[in-house]
Amino acid sequence: MLSIGLGHYLTLAAIIFTIGIVGIFLNRKNVIVILMSIELILLAVNINLVAFSIFINDLSGQIFTLFILTVAAAEAAIGLAIIVVYFRNSDTIRVEEIKNLKG
Amino acid sequence: MIAHSVFFYIFSLIAIVSAVMVTVSKNTVHSVFFLILDFISISCLFIMIGAEFLGMIMLIVYVGAVAVLFLFVVMMLNVAEQKGQWFSSRWDGGTHIPVGLLVSLIIFFELIIVIGGWKYKPDLLNSLSINISTEVTNTRSIGNVLYTDYILLFQISGMILLVAMIGAIVLTYRERAGVKRQSYVKQISRERDEGVDLVDVEKNKGVKIDA
Repeated sequence: MLSIGLGHYLTLAAIIFTIGIVGIFLNRKNVIVILMSIELILLAVNINLVAFSIFINDLSGQIFTLFILTVAAAEAAIGLAIIVVYFRNSDTIRVEEIKNLKG
Repeated sequence: MIAHSVFFYIFSLIAIVSAVMVTVSKNTVHSVFFLILDFISISCLFIMIGAEFLGMIMLIVYVGAVAVLFLFVVMMLNVAEQKGQWFSSRWDGGTHIPVGLLVSLIIFFELIIVIGGWKYKPDLLNSLSINISTEVTNTRSIGNVLYTDYILLFQISGMILLVAMIGAIVLTYRERAGVKRQSYVKQISRERDEGVDLVDVEKNKGVKIDA
């Protein structure tokens, strides 16, 4: 319990990942919170990669984390741009009122 | 060692609580603030575990750029204060809540099962490519491989950022009527004949200018 191993970090990442998924499932407020939940999921993935990288003494995990960070930033920018355009067109971003795409 | 454990538990507790608050808080601005707190505590964990460069980059990229972007959009769209109940829905009356929680619990227990029963492949440690050296700093060792072995991926990630930037600008750009602008083509293609008028001035009469 007192010495922190790889399992502690993986459990923390699993908990944050699950919270992100809960946020996506349960959200009825607005799409921005869903984007934030996606950021949480990517953060959990980053924790996993860094923890493995440190504990098996291999640097490539940290480099992949760097690239995931890049893609996450790009994804946030594009997603927020789409949300801004949608809000301009239909005056709402509440999840339950976005029903134009019949799926 | 004990200090390491104590700090691990403190930071991970803060991270988990703030991640919960991101999803449940009613005010979206508070959600963004809790997201910032989450990123800060996770980057503290990264610095503690020995990945200092990534911890600092997380602070700069997420707290400095992405979170501010979120905050900016939330305030610009004026959707911060949401009316209505927590997770309530007008159409299905909240039946999605137990289903969502059930699916999430299943995913969580699957992850825990994977973590619990997981072992290294025996020859994993021999097949490693880049060992973490204890002599040079974390930042230096990342720089040593990032610009040599991973140069192609590095360039491609730069291209991804460029495409994202252009895409965001193109998506949010709109033409507005009544905005005064320079037209370089019009300015440069102006000839002498349409700009200058030569007039013979009669004495004591002056020149009549038709504007």
